[in-house]
Amino acid sequence: MENPEKLLDLLSQDARLTPAQLAAMTGASEEEVTDALRTFEKNSTILGYKTVIDWDKTAKESVTALIEVKITPQKGMGFDEIARQIYSHHQVESVYLMSGGFDLTVIIKDRSMREVARFVSEQLAPMENVLSTGTHFILKKYKDYGVEFDPSDNDKREVMIAW
Amino acid sequence: MVDYEQLLSDRVKEVKPSGIRKFFDVVATMPDAISLGVGEPDFETPWQIRRAGIQSLEKGQTFYTSNWGLAELRRQIAALTRRKYQLCYDADKEILVTVGGSEAIDNTIRALVNPGEEVLIPEPSFVCYTPLTQMAGGVPVPLPTRVEDQFKLTADALRAAITPRTKLLILPYPNNPTGAIMTRDELEAIAAVLRDTNIIVLSDEIYCSLTYGKDPHVCFAELPGMQERTIVVDGFSKSYAMTGWRLGWAMGPKELMRHICKVHQFGIMSAPTTAQFAGIEAIRSGEDDIERMRTQYDIRRRYLLGELRSMGLACFEPQGAFYMFPSITSTGLSCEEFCERLLKEQKVAVVPGSAFGASGEGHVRISYSYSMSHLREACFRMRKFLQSLS
Ligand SMILES: Cc1ncc(COP(=O)(O)O)c(C=O)c1O
Repeated sequence: MENPEKLLDLLSQDARLTPAQLAAMTGASEEEVTDALRTFEKNSTILGYKTVIDWDKTAKESVTALIEVKITPQKGMGFDEIARQIYSHHQVESVYLMSGGFDLTVIIKDRSMREVARFVSEQLAPMENVLSTGTHFILKKYKDYGVEFDPSDNDKREVMIAW
Repeated sequence: MVDYEQLLSDRVKEVKPSGIRKFFDVVATMPDAISLGVGEPDFETPWQIRRAGIQSLEKGQTFYTSNWGLAELRRQIAALTRRKYQLCYDADKEILVTVGGSEAIDNTIRALVNPGEEVLIPEPSFVCYTPLTQMAGGVPVPLPTRVEDQFKLTADALRAAITPRTKLLILPYPNNPTGAIMTRDELEAIAAVLRDTNIIVLSDEIYCSLTYGKDPHVCFAELPGMQERTIVVDGFSKSYAMTGWRLGWAMGPKELMRHICKVHQFGIMSAPTTAQFAGIEAIRSGEDDIERMRTQYDIRRRYLLGELRSMGLACFEPQGAFYMFPSITSTGLSCEEFCERLLKEQKVAVVPGSAFGASGEGHVRISYSYSMSHLREACFRMRKFLQSLS
C-alpha cells in the first residue's frame, strides 16, 4: 500500500482500529492493511498494543517513580548491557538513555512507595556500575501517551440553532 | 395589552422559526446524549493565533478599526487570495472585513436585492440564505440539487430558474450540509450560463480550505469574466477553527463593495478588533494548522463513510466541509422521525436533512467535526438503532 506509515500514526492514536476501519480511513484495501501490519510486526516496528488506563480510578494500588541514574561504564560492559540488567526487572516500565546531567531514566511501577524504595536500595543502587540514583515519585498524571486524563470539559461547543 | 404580533414587521414574520429548534432544545437537557449535530470545528484555535489576540489586548489595541477592517489584515487577505487563486483584489477598495461570513452574506444580499427580486438558492444548503433574502424583501427561489448529480448545481437547473427578476445566485460550495464541491469544469458550465446575463453571484466559500480530493478548491472568481460579477465570501471560522472570534470577509468589484461597506458601516461599524489582530496572525502562520486539521477531518471522513455504508445506509462521498449526508429512505422513516427516534432510543443527535431545504428530505446531516472516540461511540449506537429497525 501507499505510505503504510500512515497506519502507524492511526494505530498510535487508537490501537483498536480494525483492519477494515484502517482500510476505510486510508483508502487501501483490507488485505493491504493486514499485510502491512504483519510486516511491521515481523520487523519489530510494531512492538505491541497497550491500553491507556487511569489506575487511580481503580481499586488497584500502585505508584510510579522516575529514577535518574548515573553510571560508570566499565570495560566489557557498555550502557546497553547495564540497561538490559535494569530493564529485566518486571517492575521497570521504561528505560531511556539520556543526554545531559545523568545517564539513564528508569521508570518503575510498583504497589507502594516502600516497594519502590526497596527496589532502588536493594536492586538498583548496589549495582556495580551505578554511581548514584535520584528517585522522583509521580504524584498525578495529567496526560500520558498523548491522552488527557481528565477529558470532562473537552467539548466547549454550544448547540447552535442555526447550523 | 400589547398586541406583539401586530408590532412585528411583516418581513420578520415571514421568516419561519426553525422547526428543529425544539428538537435540539431537548438534546441540551439530555446529559447522556451525544451529538453529531454541531457545525463548527472541534479544534481550539491554534495557540499562536490566540496569543496574537491576547497580545493585541496587552498592547491596548481596544479601539474601533477602519470600517473596512485593519489595513494589514486586508493586505494579508489580498496576498492570500493571490497565492491561492492568482486573483488580484485591491486591499483598500475591494475587501471588507466582516463579523463572520454570516455578516458578509447579509450585507451583500441587503446591498443588492430590491423587493420582489429573486435570489437563486441551491438546496440543500446552509440555513441563512432564505431568511436573509426574505428580510431584504427579496424572493428566495430554491434550486433543488440531487444526489444523482452529487448535489452539484447543474447548468440546466440554473438556466431553467432564471427570470427577468433574477438578481443574485448563491453558490454555496463546498457545501454545508452535503459536502459537495464543484470542479473547475462544472463551475465553467455555470459561468457560461451567467455570461450574457446581469446576474451577480454570491459565492460562499467558507469551507474552501476543507476539500479532500486531489484538486484544490477553485474560487468562482477565477473563471473568465466572473470576478467582475462575483462577491466571494470567506472567513476564519472553519479554516482556522475560529468560529467564536466572529471574523470573515467579502471581496468583489469596488463598485459594489463601496455599497456593501455602507451596510456594514451603519450596522456594525467594524469587526472585533481583537479578532482582526488574531486574523493577521492566522493568515501569516496558519497554513500548517489548516493542513493538520484537514488531515484529521479526512481520516474521520473516511472512517465515518465506511461505517455508515457498512450499516447499510446509502451515502454520497462528500468531498468538502465536514459533513456527511446519508440517505435514510431505506429505513422507511422520514428524516425527522429518524432523528427523533435515534435521539430517543440511542441518544444520538443528528440533524434532519429537511432543515436545509425541502430537497434534503430523506437525508440526515452528520458532522464529523468530533474526535475519533466520539465518532466511534456514535457509530456504535447508530448501528444498534438501525439493527433495531430491521
Ligand atoms: C456554508 C456556511 N456559510 C457561512 C457560515 C457562517 O460562518 P461564519 O459566520 O462563522 O463565518 C457557515 C457556518 O456554519 C456555513 O456553514
